[in-house]
Amino acid sequence: MSNLVIEAQNLTKRYDGVPVVKGISFSVAQGEIFGLLGPNGAGKTTTILMMLGLTEISDGRVRVLGYDPVREPLQVKRRVGYLPDAVGFYDHLTAAENLRYTGRLIGLRRDECESKMRTALDHVGLHDVTDRRVSTFSRGMRQRLGIAEILLKEAQIAILDEPTSGLDPQATIELLEIIRNLKNHNVSVLLSSHLLDRVQSVCDRVALFSQGNIALIGSVPELGRQVIGDSFDLDVEGEGSGLDAKLKAVPGVTLVETVGLNHWRLKTDRDVRADVAAAVVGSGGKLLRLSLEAPTLEAIYTRYFRNEREGSRHAA
Amino acid sequence: MQREGSPWRGLGVVTQKELSDHLSSARMLVIQLLVVVTGVVIVLVSLQQIRDITAEDPFLLLRVFTRSGEQLSFVFVMTLLVPLLAIGLGFDLVNSEHNQRTLSRILSQPIYRDALLFGKFLAGLATIAISLTAMWMVVIGLALSALGVPPNGEELARAALMLVVTIAYAGVWLALAMLFSVLFRSPATAALCALGLWLFVSILWPLLSGHLVNVLFPPSATTADALLNSLSMHQAFRRLSPGALFAEIVTVLLDPAMRSTQQSQLAAMGLALVEPGSIPGAPLPLLESVLIIWPQMVGLIGGSIVLFVIGYVVFQRQEVRA
Repeated sequence: MSNLVIEAQNLTKRYDGVPVVKGISFSVAQGEIFGLLGPNGAGKTTTILMMLGLTEISDGRVRVLGYDPVREPLQVKRRVGYLPDAVGFYDHLTAAENLRYTGRLIGLRRDECESKMRTALDHVGLHDVTDRRVSTFSRGMRQRLGIAEILLKEAQIAILDEPTSGLDPQATIELLEIIRNLKNHNVSVLLSSHLLDRVQSVCDRVALFSQGNIALIGSVPELGRQVIGDSFDLDVEGEGSGLDAKLKAVPGVTLVETVGLNHWRLKTDRDVRADVAAAVVGSGGKLLRLSLEAPTLEAIYTRYFRNEREGSRHAA
Repeated sequence: MQREGSPWRGLGVVTQKELSDHLSSARMLVIQLLVVVTGVVIVLVSLQQIRDITAEDPFLLLRVFTRSGEQLSFVFVMTLLVPLLAIGLGFDLVNSEHNQRTLSRILSQPIYRDALLFGKFLAGLATIAISLTAMWMVVIGLALSALGVPPNGEELARAALMLVVTIAYAGVWLALAMLFSVLFRSPATAALCALGLWLFVSILWPLLSGHLVNVLFPPSATTADALLNSLSMHQAFRRLSPGALFAEIVTVLLDPAMRSTQQSQLAAMGLALVEPGSIPGAPLPLLESVLIIWPQMVGLIGGSIVLFVIGYVVFQRQEVRA
């Protein structure tokens, strides 16, 4: 990864001496969708504000597109689009007027601003309500208007804070689709969320936050291997006599659990789907179902913190 | 550590947006109504009085402002009305951005906080300036058509200077209201604090300060020196209120015969200020009048700068997140 757009080293934030973000380091590559995940109050928003130069950095450093947000905040803010948690717009102005204001703050020429604005509003599906006051907008529409603002800015990095919180499932799916599309515009995306599973589907890599620290960092499958270990869960359904024993005999299978009639869950140390299929069919049985269950982010997260707790209990 | 880029970047855009917000708001309608009604009432009342006195006064136009009756003097009305306008425009300038959750979005655009705060102040001041100028024109226009005497240049210059001073006075209160809008997240609290301070400073302080001086520095001797000293002491205490400064300036500006800001108090005690070699009651040239009240003008402008700077420092250090 030669072209990093965000590099944070030992980034620390203290409020009145109390550390909120405790020396985190991470980097985001160009064109990547990077997730900052963790419970509320874990330090995600503070980290984001430090990257934008909107709050002071107590210690450590961060570079955004090579600029220092402390000394060159205007350069950073010119190139980075930010969608705050529960974004607000001026309610008495229309969607277009709100975006025009942003366009002028960025310094776009009027005609340039109008055409870019139209494209951006088209892109997020708000072209019908351009001249409606924002006070009539739903939460999902405001979030999309926020994304339109980032598109208008032609930002190289989009920082989205809790973009899907408070949205209904349909609006969430639409928004995640728009976020995925940002990647096609060659925009790097950094998003924060406490909804692990929703976000798992769009993120290339994630950092799991816990109490101001980054607990884990990497792609979801990588994290799965790190935390849950090289174990795969296989879900097998089949008919035949003595399948139980046959499944146990497959090399690589460490445990066979009977879930129900003709239904087993296998723990294996590698992907042995082909061998399992061969074993079932070879013994004259019928294979009805064979599926590999990849670990979800939620499973990784809960497992990690259970391990942590147990570790600390042992240590104590 | 030095930050890069101009703090003024985006100032024009912010000012323009805020100004258009003000001008199209319902609040502006109320303000305009207040201002026009006040202007008309002042002219009507003062015309009544001017017709009774001489028509040979060389400063007839200025008398419109000064001779508006005992119960409703122009200066008194303005000392009360102007702060009300400024507080009405300023009490929710910054906290409404917090409450609408627009602050972090706007500050993530390539501007500094300086531009946002200063732009809001300028737009508010411009709005008040527009209203007060309209009022000034209503008063002068009505007076001219009613009196039928063309004003001379000196009169117009004095009236124009008074307008400028009134706008500066509004600046003090706007900066104060904006300071409260930075300090308090709730607009209602900010408005209440600003109005409370306005009430205290404009109505209670003039009464209280007199008693305070009498307690701290009991009047003893009856020599002229001691009398003048105690008068100055009273004045110094009263001047802690921006309304007192404003009243002194306007009184001197609008009456060319005023030679001192203590003249009216002395007159109330049956004394007159006599300068050797001058004719009592003779009008001073404009420049001389301005020299008398120059410190007060500087005080008003300085006051608004100090209040703005306090608000600025607090705002710079404030966290963006709600």
